[in-house]
Amino acid sequence: MIPAPFQYVRPTTVEEALQAIADGGEDVKVLAGGQSLIPVMRLRLAAPETVVDLGRVAGLRGVRDDGDAIVIGAMTTHSDVLSDPLIAEHAPLVAEATATVADRQVRHRGTFGGALVHADPAGDLPAVALALDAEFVIAGQSGRRTVPAAEFFVDYLTTAVEEGELLVEVRVPKLTGSWGMRYEKFNRVAQAWSIVAVAAVVRRENGRIAEARVGLTNMGPTPLRARQVEEALAGAEATPEAVAAAAQRAAEGTEPSSDLNAQADYRQHLATVLTRRAVTAAAGL
Amino acid sequence: MTPITVRVDGAAYTDDVEPRTLLVHYLREQVGKVGTVVGCDTSNCGACTVHLDGEAVKSCTVLAVQADGCEVTTIEGVGQDGLHPVQKAFHEMHGLQCGFCTPGMIMASIDLLEDNPDPSDDEVREGIEGNLCRCTGYQNIVRAVRHAAAEMRGGGGGSRNGHVSPAVVDTAAAPHVAVQA
Ligand SMILES: Cc1cc2nc3c(=O)[nH]c(=O)nc-3n(C[C@H](O)[C@H](O)[C@H](O)COP(=O)(O)OP(=O)(O)OC[C@H]3O[C@@H](n4cnc5c(N)ncnc54)[C@H](O)[C@@H]3O)c2cc1C
Ligand code: FES
Ligand code: FES
Repeated sequence: MIPAPFQYVRPTTVEEALQAIADGGEDVKVLAGGQSLIPVMRLRLAAPETVVDLGRVAGLRGVRDDGDAIVIGAMTTHSDVLSDPLIAEHAPLVAEATATVADRQVRHRGTFGGALVHADPAGDLPAVALALDAEFVIAGQSGRRTVPAAEFFVDYLTTAVEEGELLVEVRVPKLTGSWGMRYEKFNRVAQAWSIVAVAAVVRRENGRIAEARVGLTNMGPTPLRARQVEEALAGAEATPEAVAAAAQRAAEGTEPSSDLNAQADYRQHLATVLTRRAVTAAAGL
Repeated sequence: MTPITVRVDGAAYTDDVEPRTLLVHYLREQVGKVGTVVGCDTSNCGACTVHLDGEAVKSCTVLAVQADGCEVTTIEGVGQDGLHPVQKAFHEMHGLQCGFCTPGMIMASIDLLEDNPDPSDDEVREGIEGNLCRCTGYQNIVRAVRHAAAEMRGGGGGSRNGHVSPAVVDTAAAPHVAVQA
């Protein structure tokens, strides 16, 4: 099917884009890579009056070094992410998870910002952003604001980006000390979305796990941090037994959905297994 | 209507399109590049794969207006003089049966080989994971891509992944094949 008719606007600056959104009528959609939006428009699940294409807006694509953080522009494509040296050096978890997203064609078009604002519960990047304590820079007509990852994912397909606003960039803090990272994804076939996935970031110090951060993909309407696991790991001995015991708590308090791919209780089981694997690898065990 | 200018397989086109026109429909219906096909409604099958400014994309998931000012290569434009080595390899290695997935398979494979000129079987399977085939079971597609890779590297051996040859066809299992031949 082809999408319903819409007005098409192609601004070249963030200010023009915000104006176009304000002028666009009742139902305005921002178009980034289009890899989620165009499929839903083809199925007529969305039929916006106006589409504002960010494709030619200057300054939204690319990664830069900003001292204690790297800053990833919202329009940086998944394939840009995979070949970026700053991400490889300071946030390899982002590249590891991005490599599992979709297929090469979709990764050439789909964007880092689009995947985060779309906030599909099965999307791979939200849990990674949450585990890395990323910060989201959102522009509106009254200026810019910064929202921490813990407050960005509000509900199913809903983020802190309000109507009339744009996500412009994401700050990922550089980690200091000896950190390891791992994204463990479980899916049926190569290009399918995660049934469950786990992002783990672990700092080791003197044979112990000093700090662990664990993000869960598709264990509820939003990505989650496995706080009980993180607490159990803080200061624990870096042994497979300690990690396995902590990982048992990964599903506590989660309410995953049941669908064609998996029942909720199976998802909870997967969360514990994948957490053990991800933390074990991230801790270098 | 929105005016766009696109280069398709080396020729420049200026056309008016509705913003909702998908690139694949523009290519097929306005430019006449019917070599590129549509196989699904969900961005999953990859049959519509073309190169947009040199990168493989699903042309059913790109608006024609997004391609304004860009260079598009379709399956009809990959062979400069005769067949492209990947087209030739699909032919020689029996990398197709009905052929519907083939234009997209070839466009995705060319893109893969630019990134990785000597992929292993697993790397080929992962590299073309965005393309579905209902006929072949993929075995000969993988062989075709690796055969083309060796060809394009320039036949001097040196493959880290060993020798590639077409699948052995067991005609005993399908006697009518032998009879017809
Ligand atoms: C076949 C297929 C398989 C896929 N598999 C996976 C997978 O395994 N894992 C995974 O994580 N993803 C997967 N995806 C989704 C892919 O990652 C998309 O790239 C991503 O979800 C959306 O990014 P986009 O740039 O294409 O956004 P678009 O589709 O352009 O936009 C998505 C939504 O976000 C809004 N938006 C986008 N950018 C901004 C911005 N800067 N500010 C405000 N709003 C914005 C849009 O208005 C829209 O509502 C898959 C997609 C396809 C087609
Ligand atoms: S037609 Fe199936 S992915 Fe484009
Ligand atoms: S050869 Fe028929 S779909 Fe691939």
